[in-house]
Amino acid sequence: MQSTLFSTQQWTVSKLTFYIRKLLEENETLQDVWVQGEISNLSRPASGHVYFTLKDASAALKCMMWKMSAARLSLPLQNGMEVEVHGKIGIYEVSGQYQLYADQIRAIGEGALYQEFLRLKSMLEAEGLFAAERKRPIPVFPHKIGIVTSATGAALRDMLNILRRRLPLVEIIFAPSPVQGIEAPPALVNAIQSLVLQSPDVILLARGGGSIEDLWAFNDERVVRAVADSLVPIICGVGHETDFTLSDFAADLRAPTPTAAAELATQITLLDLMAALENYRSRLASSMLNLVTEKKAFLSSLIAQLRYASPERRIQSERQRVDELARRAYSSLTYGVQLQSTHLKGMQKRLAALSPHAVLARGYAVVTRKDDGSVVARVAQASAVMNVRVSDGEFEVEKRNK
Amino acid sequence: MPKPSSSKAEKRIEEMTYEEALSELESIVFALEGDASRNKLEESIKLFERGQALAERCSVLLEAAELKVKKVVGDVLIPLEEESE
Repeated sequence: MQSTLFSTQQWTVSKLTFYIRKLLEENETLQDVWVQGEISNLSRPASGHVYFTLKDASAALKCMMWKMSAARLSLPLQNGMEVEVHGKIGIYEVSGQYQLYADQIRAIGEGALYQEFLRLKSMLEAEGLFAAERKRPIPVFPHKIGIVTSATGAALRDMLNILRRRLPLVEIIFAPSPVQGIEAPPALVNAIQSLVLQSPDVILLARGGGSIEDLWAFNDERVVRAVADSLVPIICGVGHETDFTLSDFAADLRAPTPTAAAELATQITLLDLMAALENYRSRLASSMLNLVTEKKAFLSSLIAQLRYASPERRIQSERQRVDELARRAYSSLTYGVQLQSTHLKGMQKRLAALSPHAVLARGYAVVTRKDDGSVVARVAQASAVMNVRVSDGEFEVEKRNK
Repeated sequence: MPKPSSSKAEKRIEEMTYEEALSELESIVFALEGDASRNKLEESIKLFERGQALAERCSVLLEAAELKVKKVVGDVLIPLEEESE
C-alpha cells in the first residue's frame, strides 16, 4: 500500500486504457477468433450497427458488428440463437469495456459442415470427378428432359413454367425425390438412376434456395458420385446464385438456380424454331420463284429461236420478195410509159413544127386549085380560080394575067 | 400413278413428328436451292408442294405444342398431375 502510494509512475485513465488496448491488439489469437455462444440483448439501433451479448453457462462477451458487416449477414439474428461469431477483441475506451468486434456470424455446426465439405471436395477433386474434360456438352435441342427435384417445392413448378414457355415440344420425365433430410441422398441417387433408364437427353437436378444444411444432400458423396457417373448429361441448379454444392462441380453444367437450369436446357426456344421455319418457308418460295423465272426466260429464248427457224419467216420473206418484185415491175412499167409519153410529146412538138398551120401562122398561105384542090406550088399549076388558105381560114382568088 | 403416291405422302406428313417434318423440309429447301432440280420442273413443283405441306405441318405442331409431363414411378411412367397455381 505504502510503496504504491509513493510510486512515481502516474497513469491517466486514457493512458492506461490505451496501454491495455495495445496489449489486446498485439495478441494474434485475440485478433482472429471464432467464439461460440448464445445471442442475448440483441439490438439494432438506427445507426445500423448491431449490438448483442454472446453468453454461455458461465460467461458473457459484449459484441458489436458494424453496419457494413451486418448488411452481409445471411442469417437473421435472434435472441437465444446459438451461433459462432468471428472477429477481433478490442476496447471501447469511452466505457472501458472490452468487446468483440464481429465481422461474420454463422449457425452452429456450419463450421464443421464446411470442413467436411472441403475434405470431400479435395478428395473427389483428386479423383478427377470435377475435371473439365469429363464435362459433356448439353444437347442444343433436347426432345426429352429429365427432372430430379422435390414433388412439393416451387422449383418444379418454376422449371415447368420456363420449359412450357420456351420449348413446349419437349417431353418431361419427372423423378420426384426428397431434397433434404437423411433420406434425401439415397433417394436422389435412385431418382437419377431411374431417369437415366428413360434415356432423356439431359437431366436437371434442382432444388430451391435454403440454408447450407438444407442444401447438404447435394454435397453427399453418394449423390455427387451418382451425378458424375450419370450416362446422361446433368445440369445442376441448386439453391441461389451464391450457393455452390459438390453436385454443381460434378455436373456437366452448373446453373445458378433451378429456373436457370431449365433455361440452359432449352438453348433453342419455340421462337427460334418459328423463325427457322419462317426462313425455310421463304427460301422454299423464293427458290421456286427463281426456278420459274429461269424456266420462263429459257422458254422465251426457245420461242425466239423457234420463230427464227419457222417456215412462216421464209414465207414472209418470200412474200416480201414478191412485193419487191412487183414494186420494181410497176415502177419500171411506169417509167417506160413515162419515157414513151415524153417521146410522144417530143414527136408531137416536132410534128407541130412541121404542120402547115404553123407556117401559115408565120404569114405563108397555101394556094390550091378550085377545081381539083391540088396545091399550086408553081405558076404553071395556077388555075382561074384558086383557094387561098391562111392561118385562120380561106378565101378565093381569081387569077389575072400580067 | 402420281395421284395415289402423292396422297399417300400427304398422309405420311400428317403423321410426322416435328423433327421428321423439319428435317425433310430442310433437305427439300437445299435440293431446290441447289442445281440438281434445275432441269426438272415437274419434280421441283412436287418438291415445292411437299415442302409447303411440311412447313405447314411444322407450324401446326409448333402452335399446338404442349409440354408433356410424366412422372417416373418405379419402372413406369404416369402423367403428372400438376397442382394449379
